[in-house]
Amino acid sequence: MSLNYLTPEFKVLRDYDKCINCKVCMRQCANEVHSYDEDLGKMVADDYKCVNCQRCVVMCPTHALTIVKHPQVFRENANWTYDAIRDIYRQAETGGVLLSAMGNDRPYPIYWDKMVINASQVTNPSIDPLREPMELKIFIGRKPDKIELDENLNVKTKMPPQLTLNYPIMFSAMSYGSISYNAHASLARAAKELGIYYNTGEGGLHKDFRKYGPNTIVQVASGRFGVDREYLKTAAAVEIKIGQGAKPGIGGHLPGEKVSEDISETRMIPVGSDAISPAPHHDIYSIEDLSQLIYSLKEATDYKKPVGVKIAAVNNVAAIASGIARAGADYIAIDGFRGGTGAAPKRIRDNVGIPIEFAIASVDSRLRSEGIRHTISLIAAGSIRSSADIVKAIALGADAVYIGSAALIALGCHMCQQCYTGKCNWGIATQDPNLVKRLNPEIGYKRLVNLITAWGHEIQEMLGGMGINDIESLKGNRLMLRGIGMTQKELDVLGILAAGE
Amino acid sequence: MKTIDAKDMHYKDLNEMIKELVNSGEDVINLKNVNGQRYIGDNLNGNTKINIEGTPGNDLAAFMDGLTIEVFGNGQDAIGNTMNDGSIIVHGHVGDVVGYGMRGGSMYIKSDAGYRVGIHMKQYNDKVPVVVIGGTPGDFFGEYMAGGCMIVLNLSNKKDIVGEYCGTGMHGGVIYLRCNDVEDYKLGKEVIKEEATEDDLKEISKYIKNFSSYFKYDYDKIMNHKFIKLHPAGHRPYGKLYA
Repeated sequence: MSLNYLTPEFKVLRDYDKCINCKVCMRQCANEVHSYDEDLGKMVADDYKCVNCQRCVVMCPTHALTIVKHPQVFRENANWTYDAIRDIYRQAETGGVLLSAMGNDRPYPIYWDKMVINASQVTNPSIDPLREPMELKIFIGRKPDKIELDENLNVKTKMPPQLTLNYPIMFSAMSYGSISYNAHASLARAAKELGIYYNTGEGGLHKDFRKYGPNTIVQVASGRFGVDREYLKTAAAVEIKIGQGAKPGIGGHLPGEKVSEDISETRMIPVGSDAISPAPHHDIYSIEDLSQLIYSLKEATDYKKPVGVKIAAVNNVAAIASGIARAGADYIAIDGFRGGTGAAPKRIRDNVGIPIEFAIASVDSRLRSEGIRHTISLIAAGSIRSSADIVKAIALGADAVYIGSAALIALGCHMCQQCYTGKCNWGIATQDPNLVKRLNPEIGYKRLVNLITAWGHEIQEMLGGMGINDIESLKGNRLMLRGIGMTQKELDVLGILAAGE
Repeated sequence: MKTIDAKDMHYKDLNEMIKELVNSGEDVINLKNVNGQRYIGDNLNGNTKINIEGTPGNDLAAFMDGLTIEVFGNGQDAIGNTMNDGSIIVHGHVGDVVGYGMRGGSMYIKSDAGYRVGIHMKQYNDKVPVVVIGGTPGDFFGEYMAGGCMIVLNLSNKKDIVGEYCGTGMHGGVIYLRCNDVEDYKLGKEVIKEEATEDDLKEISKYIKNFSSYFKYDYDKIMNHKFIKLHPAGHRPYGKLYA
């Protein structure tokens, strides 16, 4: 075995004046950073193992711990960065593909932060949402070409199936397997409480959560895990997963060691077997094939449930979205290149796909220009961090957004990006029963409800400021946005004017 | 027993009628003049037998959970897609992507099958899907196969019993090929090739018996031949891929 050249990424600083040797840090750390040295009579830390999840920092009763970036540096080099060198060491050591988790963390421009939102001054009055009605409710699904009324002015037109959302926000697809039972329990219960939807991801629907069916979107992905009659019957909507923003164009593997008894039952595969999702659905090699599966699922659900399609934001996203709309889908979810994941090859996560801001704008423009925007709802995903991002996404043309990482952060995720190790100290991205129980769904669901309720208030305030009293009136209303610090080309693709114009 | 003339019917109307009959517990439904109508038997359950005269369209028996469908003719693409239970008998050949993600039930094809047959076929507890092909399948046979049993008989004695990339990424289940040998270059590197033992043949005898009786073949004649068995080297084909 050759020498391991890796140096620690983080340093654990312990204030020995405060440390009372209670060993809470030791018990809390699944990475086994902390230990008690009998000879020294004090707690010590192995910096090499620390992933900076900050569980020990938060749990330490005397606040004796701080995690800092390790001061050890290479000779300064703008080209050969710390990460670039480390990655080569790791691959030279193992010969393996580098794994990563959560979303793309590279310093690409964040276009949300280059857009600002309009407000009314003098000419049309702003609205105070605390005293006046302010509608956040939206409907996901195909809208008819026209509405026909009978002689009594009742609507004659048969509406295609719709999902009703009290907030233009849903919890993004995260499978049971990638996240824990308690994380799913929190998401499902919060979705019900809020009148929104959560998404099972491609790992099947645990039998305990069938009761949340009216607030559940189920996924049909290339591995078809857990897809059966009951699954399709229980769901409020069915989503065909083609791709995700963190790993466009590739499939996924849930490693066999994570396929426990419970996960095996939910995915309907043997215990300990790799759950492999092939890169494509092998029954979908064209838009026509996609249409075939969409209608197969519509037939299976008696045309009573919306059937959506989730894709990653890639170069030709506008043309692909047009094809999906014409293939008969009721909604399309587009996941930008910052979208999260439980595990993705690092090079794919960090280099493949395009930002969601551009994808939404170009898809919305394309569908409008083809006169088919009303035939499909558009869901934006791939790093929605705040209510302001949501307002901007909807102004660019989205009907609603999916949030994944933000929801996990609400549950306690500290973005250490080590989900694929299965050692999540916050009980979220793990199947270790001792870790899972750290996430209390009773508390978790309330934190999610708090987050969405708070964002709802903020969205209402921003809408009111613009003099708009219904979120639907913001949809595609790009005049409400202005760009700062962008090239003319970027402004053109986003379809917005520069600030001051 | 109910008979439906499917001539010039849209699949939606036809499937609505079938669904109603199946849900009311009809024992046999005869479909005449079927000509490409898709999704027959889609997501249905029960014990109904559906006899199809003509050529049913794509996604026949998708998500199906029970039922027996017998096709007196050829089938098209994606038969038994994500099927959970039931039985399909086709007196002819079938198209591509047959048995995709199939979890249970059985499928007997008298003649040849197209590309990508049995991709990601799986099994769970008592659910062990079975596909028996009297002729030969095309490329990518049993790709990503995670469970179940597929048998190729090559009764027409074609030169190639399978196409290329057979069992690529296979991590469960078993494939039997009625032949003396199969070229290694046609097999996925995750596959182990062996001669089928007597125990193996005993295991598949019931499927061959079914096949012989459905299509009027001599069971002994079929079995009186060497079989090659393909099974995965492990359940974790990509376990060592990552740093």
